Amino acid sequence: MMTITEKIIAAHAGLDRVSPGELVMVDIDLALANDITAPGAIKEFEKIGVEGVFDKKKVVLVPDHFAPNRDVDSAEQCKYVREFARDREVENYFEVGQMGIEHVLLPEKGLVIPGDLVIGADSHTCTYGALGAFSTGMGSTDLAAAFATGDTWLKVPQSIKFNIDGKRKEWVSGKDIILYIIGKIGVDGALYKAMEFTGDTIEGLSMDSRFSICNMAIEAGGKNGIIAVDDRTREYEDGRIDRAYVEYYSDPDAEYADVHNYKAEDIELQVAFPHLPSNTKGISEVGNISIDQVVIGSCTNGRIEDLREAAKILDGKKVEKNLRVIVIPATQKIYRQAMSEGIIDIFIEAGVAVSTPTCGPCLGGHMGILAAKERCVATTNRNFRGRMGHTDSEVYLSGPAVAAASAITGKISGPADL
Amino acid sequence: MIFNGRSHKFGRDIDTDIIIPATYLVTFDPKELAKHCMEPISPNFADDIEKGDIIVAEENFGCGSSREHAPIAIKGAGISCVLAKSFARIFYRNAINTALPILECAEAVDGISDGDDVRIDTEKGKIENLSTGITWQAKPFPSFIMEIINEDGLIGYTKKRVENRDV
Repeated sequence: MMTITEKIIAAHAGLDRVSPGELVMVDIDLALANDITAPGAIKEFEKIGVEGVFDKKKVVLVPDHFAPNRDVDSAEQCKYVREFARDREVENYFEVGQMGIEHVLLPEKGLVIPGDLVIGADSHTCTYGALGAFSTGMGSTDLAAAFATGDTWLKVPQSIKFNIDGKRKEWVSGKDIILYIIGKIGVDGALYKAMEFTGDTIEGLSMDSRFSICNMAIEAGGKNGIIAVDDRTREYEDGRIDRAYVEYYSDPDAEYADVHNYKAEDIELQVAFPHLPSNTKGISEVGNISIDQVVIGSCTNGRIEDLREAAKILDGKKVEKNLRVIVIPATQKIYRQAMSEGIIDIFIEAGVAVSTPTCGPCLGGHMGILAAKERCVATTNRNFRGRMGHTDSEVYLSGPAVAAASAITGKISGPADL
Repeated sequence: MIFNGRSHKFGRDIDTDIIIPATYLVTFDPKELAKHCMEPISPNFADDIEKGDIIVAEENFGCGSSREHAPIAIKGAGISCVLAKSFARIFYRNAINTALPILECAEAVDGISDGDDVRIDTEKGKIENLSTGITWQAKPFPSFIMEIINEDGLIGYTKKRVENRDV
């Protein structure tokens, strides 16, 4: 009787079973770092004194945070990572031009598959749980050690089950569901724990929405988010990958630290107020809040479904004249798909600035930094103080529907307010 | 190790964007990072620190990103040790890996005020408020974590594994 998370960890530890609290060494299928975490990992890796990385196919380096290079210091960091990738023959290095936001790019490229165990020097590595994989974020030094050895230590987490049943309200997406959950349990409500999402509402969600949900497990303190493989997952992987994968399912008598049951009918469009992702309100309770900027993108909501939702709302409309609206497709493939569907035209016609893929404004890097007192509605994942720029600026988190509707009105709005 | 310093008290959910804002993540130099440590809520934090001072915080210290720059900035600012009611898990790993001493003890956090003189014995897990004379015992680290700490962090530990061909 094990959960899906326990089964994946046990399989990678070479054990028949593991229990929560146990410390185990696990083999990893993929080790990821980006332009701001890889430099630290590389510096530490060089101290270990091994001949090369443990597997040239299983190390992934993506310059996406301050790339395309923001300034000279960022350029130096990207260069350092690029040269390491070349010298150590890292096969999965994605240069600007092929680069996308890492947590959207890796599943898209088929680099992560169901049943994998993945670690990344980026807290949103938990995104891949949507594929029925175990994935979790760590720091640069953990990745340095993993680059050398191909393994890492883990404490087996307890699991919490989030069971969501029922029919979603119009426009409600995965982002609204995860914001709703974080609002209920708080930013440390799942501290150190696995968040397992089940129920017919989850089964009815697209892969894009499932990625958004698992992406924000860290915002509740979770070690990983996970959704079991089903036909939708299999369809997603069909033709994308060349490795066989293993499907893991929680046993009916698996033990959970807690079980939360929610009804989809109770979940309206969500907005997380400054300065915590748990400060959520339903759109009907938001009130009159004027804004200066809208950002649609990030590893949470820069996928094609998000752009389609936004385009449906912005089609034939104009961005409010005092507003800056920035859309960032998460990968080149998504950008191209949006072009072929006429979505980019809709955005530009509406007065939106469309950017090449980058994490950019989400972490206050570039491409849309806020001045003092400015407010932004963003489909990103964190609204901590100063996250998108000035310490006295404010970020309101939402899904793409609220962001697009707000772009038209200039204040926080849902599609029903148009 | 025994540390003795003044307490700098913080609330709950001190996130990594507070500890070191992302825009400064273009270096791993402790001195550079230290200049901006806690900048959004305490702009002169690094200037107020005397070497050996201690951070005392409520729950979920270090939540948010995986940036290892956070413990590096804290250490670079001269902080000897962080005591909190709980730590976010990536920060916890990063602190162990980069050899920033951390301790969990809710009662001690409640019993220490900003500016109190505190002494911490990390090996014994003993916390002493020298301003009030009250002492507490922190939760011990699991023995596996102690092995990493005793090798001065994960790189030392991994080097030893590689030398012993234990990989």
